[in-house]
Amino acid sequence: MEDLVNKYERKLIKAGLGDPHGPSRPLVGGLDATLVWNRKAAETKVLEKVFQGLDINSLVFLRPKKPYDNLLGFLAETALDSNGLIRPKDCETRTFLHDLPVIESFRADPIIQALKKRKCVVIAPEKHPGVYAGPTVIAQGTVSPEQGFVTVSSVCFAGFVKFFTDFLADLQTGTARALAHEVFDAVLPFLTPLQKPAPRFMASPFGDEEAVYSAVIEAGRKTVEYELVDSYFGNVSYLWNNTLYISQTGSSLDELAGCIDPVPMDHSTSAGITASSELSAHMETILRTKSRAILHGHPKFCVILSMDCDPVERAACAFKDQCHILCPKKRFAGKTPIVPGEVGTGPTGLCHTLPQALSRSDSAIVYGHGLFTLGKENFSQAFHTMLEVENYCRNTYLEKIEQLRTP
Amino acid sequence: MYGWTGKILIIDVAKKSVEVDTPDIDFYQRHVGGKGFGGKYLRNCAHLPWDHPDMMISIFTGPLTGTISPTSGRAHIVSKSPLTGLVGDSSVGGKLGTRLKRAGWDGLVIKGQSQTPLGIEIKDHHIEFVDAAGVWGLDTHALHRRLHPKNGSLASIGPAGENGVRFASIVVDQHFTAGRSGLGLVLGQKKIKYILVNGTGSCRVKNPERLKQARQDILRLTAASPALMGQFGFTNLGTGAVYDLMDNRRMMPTDNFQRTWFEPASKLNAAAYAREFSPKKHGCLGCHIQCKRLGQKLSQKMAGKNDQGVSMPEFETMSHFTALIGCTDTDLVVTANEKCNRFGMDTISFASTLACRREIKGQDYTRESLLALLDDTALGRNQGKDLALGAAGYAKKMGAPEKAMAVKGMELPAYDPRGAYGMALGYALSTRGGCHLRAYPISHEIFRKPVATDRFSFSGKARIIKIAEDMNAVVDSLTACKFTFFAAGLEEYAAAYEAVTGIETSAHDLMKKGERITYNERIINALNQFDARDDDLPQRFFTENGTSGNAVSVPPIDRDAFLEARKKYYEIRGLTVDGLPRAEKAEELGLLWKTL
Repeated sequence: MEDLVNKYERKLIKAGLGDPHGPSRPLVGGLDATLVWNRKAAETKVLEKVFQGLDINSLVFLRPKKPYDNLLGFLAETALDSNGLIRPKDCETRTFLHDLPVIESFRADPIIQALKKRKCVVIAPEKHPGVYAGPTVIAQGTVSPEQGFVTVSSVCFAGFVKFFTDFLADLQTGTARALAHEVFDAVLPFLTPLQKPAPRFMASPFGDEEAVYSAVIEAGRKTVEYELVDSYFGNVSYLWNNTLYISQTGSSLDELAGCIDPVPMDHSTSAGITASSELSAHMETILRTKSRAILHGHPKFCVILSMDCDPVERAACAFKDQCHILCPKKRFAGKTPIVPGEVGTGPTGLCHTLPQALSRSDSAIVYGHGLFTLGKENFSQAFHTMLEVENYCRNTYLEKIEQLRTP
Repeated sequence: MYGWTGKILIIDVAKKSVEVDTPDIDFYQRHVGGKGFGGKYLRNCAHLPWDHPDMMISIFTGPLTGTISPTSGRAHIVSKSPLTGLVGDSSVGGKLGTRLKRAGWDGLVIKGQSQTPLGIEIKDHHIEFVDAAGVWGLDTHALHRRLHPKNGSLASIGPAGENGVRFASIVVDQHFTAGRSGLGLVLGQKKIKYILVNGTGSCRVKNPERLKQARQDILRLTAASPALMGQFGFTNLGTGAVYDLMDNRRMMPTDNFQRTWFEPASKLNAAAYAREFSPKKHGCLGCHIQCKRLGQKLSQKMAGKNDQGVSMPEFETMSHFTALIGCTDTDLVVTANEKCNRFGMDTISFASTLACRREIKGQDYTRESLLALLDDTALGRNQGKDLALGAAGYAKKMGAPEKAMAVKGMELPAYDPRGAYGMALGYALSTRGGCHLRAYPISHEIFRKPVATDRFSFSGKARIIKIAEDMNAVVDSLTACKFTFFAAGLEEYAAAYEAVTGIETSAHDLMKKGERITYNERIINALNQFDARDDDLPQRFFTENGTSGNAVSVPPIDRDAFLEARKKYYEIRGLTVDGLPRAEKAEELGLLWKTL
């Protein structure tokens, strides 16, 4: 357990969600027969009671650093004024977390009550800060601290996307609150600046299978380094020798060594059973486009802009509550199509919409989910496109905000 | 009351009498359903041997059965196991659970022993005892054709259950098997040939809208699961999809677990069966995954034999009837599987017993010799009488008990424990013997859900196993399908439970009930003299290498590390260092405690 609690502290810091020192330093606990923490902290007294009150084996506690603290703090306070739930509409939250319960204070009982029902709880900033000041995300695991890491990472992503999506929608309808304007201005300096030029990638064609594995590992790692995806999400594939080499389900894109499944395109084995849940979409896209490389990330502004819809049209739309699966309109971010679709292969799965979109464009955004890009021969083109589309979405979003805020 | 009918049928087959038990809501809330109810009733006769006339066998549904809650139409059967002497239980699909609930029963408990063969026919509230002397001896498929249940559900035994096979199964609706613990023999001992159930009522739901929401959340999660709904997952290839994975991970039990890699495996995978037998989807009532497969050899189809086909072997059967016994004939695997289903005989146990015999005698099987032994075992003839004891009983009789790859008398399934240490611990600690389903660590050690764990480490595994056992005890009490929990969790099923019953709950409240159900089983087993000496693996796994390769090293399990993890488990579970339950823990959980 010691190695795991330390590993996920490091990963939270590397992901830009926590700091190595100060109040945003992550606290990670793991329990087998005995409880171990990654560090000593005053908060462990309360958290040990949480361990006693639940059948779990791990907890992650994080006061996220900027800009996530402002964003989650705002969302948490807003939630407490209504039903006590943050309801992000991005795909990850909708599928895996459902909603995010919010409580007022850092006490064991309310934390236990919330974690009995959900994977995480958000604690709103305290009105009169004492030793503790929020907001905080606490997430549990029954198998590994990795679950808490994934959940905290998802909550920060979901909070980011929800704030900016809601702010744009509220500006469009003239309902943005003064506090939202304040938060927006406060976090703007902390947004990732326009992305730097794309890095160099391994040159293709690849001579052997080992080179293919290396290329996939490199693509995953660089996608995380450029903040185009949180490490746990997204997927990467490459076609070589009529076999698709694809990242495994639940693998971290910055740790793909040993987590790549070779899936023969002729269906002669079922080795793809542990491959990414988007395997079907990848295989169909490869067949339709003759591309070799597919990159899938969750660049934040692609996701935010994918949910932007004209408020008048939305109000009149018969599918306004099911945009993520039934949006009837042909929509684009620049030249990049935006399509509906859920994770996986269900009747409303993105495997039914994405390959078609990618047969006409080398990039496509799935509503509220993320961006898929293609490379004919290697990952260089796919990565370059991903960077370009995210930069476009970021600029477009900020321009829209500026126009709407201009008197 | 929502979620339960409030009525349990108590049948005495000796007296041919029927009573109705109407427990209060506290009973229902404490024990949930399925496995929980079965364990509660079994506790009252836990001290009796499996073949005592007063030993009961129960079939229970769950609170979600008969509703739109996904994969919740299963039934759970509980008694004392003739194979192990432990708690014997099995979850079974088909239509049985749904039909029983719709007939107005949460379940039935059968006591007594009939003098003559008997069928029990239930149509809503009408119960009839039928003379079954004329169908005694029929195989399960012939019986199905004879009784023609149409919309009803038929649970029956075959000749194996009539002839004393310790691992006889109960076969439901021809293609669904309540296997492993020998529950078919318990029915056979009571002279019950079949139970036919038809229910035409409906199941009440407190909050249909919330149930619909919970259903959508569960379906969304299963759609996101490659193992369940992916192109190479169970919905498209059946459980046979796991075969390549075990080959690739070097954990396919081969030659009676002497090796962990079977060279011809790549030619015997799900894709090979798909080419040869053109299987079609089939599954339980109320399930969207439909993991079962019915197939027919293409040559037969071409010849115009166009019936619905035979059950394709599940993963465990595919693996044990090939790698474990050195067979490379897929047609023989399908034939043996079909014959086991007709005879009502567990495929894992039978194949493992064959593997044990092969190692002891040093003789390979031909198609003819294997099928002859299968017939002899089910029909109680010749060498089959010894094989009918199961691997542990057979090996003991042959003077080579170390050759039985079993835990507490139950043969191990098709995941070599040297390739997954959580599985090693789960096998050793399971309350029904060598079973992969109690803790189902394959979920995180192989399928990477909810996240991946290091399969070659015991780190953290003691608590993981305890938590998973509690969770799966609840799943078997809700009578949901464990496969669904590769994707969804108790978080989503607690929402379904709340919507159906109107009783506020949470995932962790349900886990607590699971802990009580599991601890009750520990008490029952302790009452039957099981302790830490039985919570162990065959010596082979601590002394012999698996088959390394494909960049995977498979050494023997470090015995000290195993024992340390087991010790931690006992502590976490609230057991003594000898693996026995404690009075104070039983009291904390509100369980009945008697002198052990």
